[in-house]
Amino acid sequence: MSATSVVDGTVTSDDVVPARAPWSAVVPAGHVLSIVDLGGNQAVDCLLYHAHDTSERYSAADTIAAQGNIFLTTGSVLRSCEGRALMTVVADDVGRHDTIGGACSKESNTLRYGHHTRHQHACVENFLREGAKWGLGKRDLVSNINWYMNVPVEADGTLGIVDGLSAPGLTVALRAEVDTLVLVSNCPQVNNPCNGFDPTPVRMIVTDPR
Amino acid sequence: MSATRTTAGARDHARAQGGTVVQAMPTLPASAWAAPPEGVAAADLTWAEVVGGGNYTNKVVARGTTLRLTDLEGDACAHLLVFNADQPWERLNVADTVKVPWQAYLGAGHPLLSDQGRVLATVLADSSGRHDALCGTSSRLRNEQRYGDGEAQGPSPAGRELLLLAALKHGLGPRDVAPSVSFFQGIRVGEDGALAFTGSAGPGGSVTLRAELPLVVLVANVPHPLDPRASYTCSPLEILAWRGAPTAPGDPLWTASPEAERAFLNTADYATARGV
Repeated sequence: MSATSVVDGTVTSDDVVPARAPWSAVVPAGHVLSIVDLGGNQAVDCLLYHAHDTSERYSAADTIAAQGNIFLTTGSVLRSCEGRALMTVVADDVGRHDTIGGACSKESNTLRYGHHTRHQHACVENFLREGAKWGLGKRDLVSNINWYMNVPVEADGTLGIVDGLSAPGLTVALRAEVDTLVLVSNCPQVNNPCNGFDPTPVRMIVTDPR
Repeated sequence: MSATRTTAGARDHARAQGGTVVQAMPTLPASAWAAPPEGVAAADLTWAEVVGGGNYTNKVVARGTTLRLTDLEGDACAHLLVFNADQPWERLNVADTVKVPWQAYLGAGHPLLSDQGRVLATVLADSSGRHDALCGTSSRLRNEQRYGDGEAQGPSPAGRELLLLAALKHGLGPRDVAPSVSFFQGIRVGEDGALAFTGSAGPGGSVTLRAELPLVVLVANVPHPLDPRASYTCSPLEILAWRGAPTAPGDPLWTASPEAERAFLNTADYATARGV
């Protein structure tokens, strides 16, 4: 039993995802996925799919509309495009996570930072390559969750990725409400503060609490 | 004896319906639209349609087309999805649409960005100021809970059901119905992240968009997901489009921000290489 896992039970998998790398797994209904920010302030880009029908997938919009708030934290129900619960945030050491900022891509990096970033690694590369293992492709990528990323919206609508609120060892835990395919990009971005300008590994622990 | 018991009778019955005019319908040809916008020649109109509350429409428009949406009676809510018509896997990306311009609220000058770092459409003008890029549209489940039904042909259709039908008509499917933006019913985000529904700016509000690439345009006119009213409330939406040119160097929009300039450069780069 890991000290950083927030639920008791049997650990069914325990992986360290290297900096800049993707990760994926099906988390069975009732199991809990704990994501540990090992180095602190490491954005973990995340998409969810119903494991038995991947056309039903995470919807940031349905999640935001249903809870009436843009931030994700304990109690947030992560909903699908059909409005149904895929996972629920059952524990959160940080307090808020982003789901409006989306994933970095080589293409959007050219807009945000300039064309010199066109050939840098980006989350969409990880999503595409890791998703392909499950038969997913370009059309399956939608607005995602950014665990540990801090995106405030100011009164006039100005928003941006700013310095994170996380720290080494902080954890967020998600209970699967249905069998859920979890697709992750451990964000490689080095042009904004989402990873403290230094991508670091994260740990993914799946626990069967029964 | 029924007049439609024979093929001739049935044909006469069907043909007698031609020429009926209702409020919510397309006008063909679009140039027959009675009141073209000021400065627009009737002959340049390419789309003229009124979409009733709880319904949808779809069209492919040429690069450079100007598209004007008008909330005729003050309770329309236009949920919009746009795709590059040449390669519809390239589509509206609402996250990049708010992140890249550093602005959550849609208004004049705001680009609607694709997932490929290009501008699909630009908001040219906006007399409403009540829009949303965060909440998407309604699901069948949500409408069942809110209104008792969410089927496309029921009394309170969900936006996703209608956008899905529109998508299917272009050979697209459920995987292509990504988060949408909506016009004419606003939201605001509090410091704590909480959403407040600001509703409509009233009758006559309009939003004018420019297609920067050839687009598949899908529009559902349904209540905003956060509309607090107990009854399913949605009034007619007018859509007019006319020929025009995409944003070009020298246009103030082109250099409105460093991000906008690079987005227009990427769009022009694609169009030049692709030959559109």
